[in-house]
Amino acid sequence: MPDRAIPLTVPIAEPAISNLSVGDTVLLSGIIVTARDTAHRWLYDRFIANTIAATAEDQVVYEQLRTYLAGGVIYHCGPVVRQDGIGYHVTAAGPTTSIREEPYQADIIRLFGLRGVIGKGGMGTKTLTALTGNSAVYFHAVGGTAAVIAEHIECVLDVLKHEFGMPEAMWVLQVRDVPLFVTMDAHGSSLHATVREASRARLHSLLRDD
Amino acid sequence: MVDLIPPLIELIRLSSTSLPLDVEQALQNTLHSEHPGSPARRTMELILENAAVARRKSVPICQDTGTPIFTVQYPAGYAQKELRFAILTAVEQATASAFLRSNAVHPVTGINSGSNLGDPWFPTIHFEESGEDTLVIDLLLKGGGCENVGRQYSLPDETIFAGRDLDGVRKAALDAVFQAQGMGCAPGFLGIAIGGDRGSGYLASKQLFLEPLDAHNPDPALAALEERITLEANQLGIGPMGFGGKNTILKTHITALHRLPASYFVTVSYMCWAYRRRRMTVRGEAITYA
Repeated sequence: MPDRAIPLTVPIAEPAISNLSVGDTVLLSGIIVTARDTAHRWLYDRFIANTIAATAEDQVVYEQLRTYLAGGVIYHCGPVVRQDGIGYHVTAAGPTTSIREEPYQADIIRLFGLRGVIGKGGMGTKTLTALTGNSAVYFHAVGGTAAVIAEHIECVLDVLKHEFGMPEAMWVLQVRDVPLFVTMDAHGSSLHATVREASRARLHSLLRDD
Repeated sequence: MVDLIPPLIELIRLSSTSLPLDVEQALQNTLHSEHPGSPARRTMELILENAAVARRKSVPICQDTGTPIFTVQYPAGYAQKELRFAILTAVEQATASAFLRSNAVHPVTGINSGSNLGDPWFPTIHFEESGEDTLVIDLLLKGGGCENVGRQYSLPDETIFAGRDLDGVRKAALDAVFQAQGMGCAPGFLGIAIGGDRGSGYLASKQLFLEPLDAHNPDPALAALEERITLEANQLGIGPMGFGGKNTILKTHITALHRLPASYFVTVSYMCWAYRRRRMTVRGEAITYA
């Protein structure tokens, strides 16, 4: 496994993504946007499935997101944010479990032309296919390392849909050198699928062993 | 009686920002068995760095500050209603101070209360009158990622070849660890209740997380099973965060509850590496934390 971390800056150019493979360590800088369960469903209903008509206000939020997310990165995270007289300060910002966004993620990757998704626990085959087809990768942050990741957040640039509540709002964050692992790449490889299959084989032998 | 609200806020702050020493030691002990430079090793290094940063800066170890689960053992003479009021007030104030994330979401409206207060079930508070003259309040912060991977099995379960015996318990536990993969934030800790009903099984399995990691099971058969489950869970190779590696489960605790003749539940609760538990003891005017 390579020990050296690869620096990347958002927006990420396509060739930089093709060069990444599972097992790489990355230090990510630039602007990222947090989005978890409520945000994914909100985007999906209004701008993908179109089951709910987007209001003029929704449209404004969507256009803002497009500016941040073309070649950009979504972070599955519900941070702890402290507010004082001069603005917002993120004190804890580790990843949340990504698989809950599996029904929506592939479409959202295509909707914005994302180059990356940050989360934890990995995602399924539908997302892996979208990563391959759209030249994007899944970056795994270390679950729970909220204090360390917060140290790499330089500032909160904006918050969209604040009414979703602190964890679910979309926080626009300027970050520097966030440590991440590539666990699903643009070439169809998934560390999660590999570990799951190896552990499944081991489980089966342990279950038959009295 | 002392004003319990400030010391309870300190209990919450300590729980959220400072890992118990036995947990941190157990995490430290994993380093030597993960290959230098591997994602598993780098993950453990980041986890330990995070623990140090959170403690130094007094910020949450994990942004998911979880369900606050309080267990209160109170001497005769205390009023539960007053203790409840003090706890709820402390939770609200600790949330305002960002030691806790606002985590209470109404499941129908989707509205986050903003205060971490919800209904009589949120936060969770267990009360028990003790025969002692000290007030003891334990706090466990259990995050949603690891809560989501908890599982309850009703034996026999043919899909995992598990019958109604301790070997069936072992199989259920290993299946739960396999299903969790890295999603429970491995390396984790297991609390397993054998028997009981669906409600008591989950309750008892989580109460096991109040035990210190070196607690010794007085039942030799269960003590041996704890060891075996930990050993075999690590043979699954899931590793830190599911990246592959030697450290998946660091400790298994098991308890046995009387069951109905018809039921044989095995309830597996999973605690993530961010195993946040702290205890406050009030003796007269003196307050101590562990």
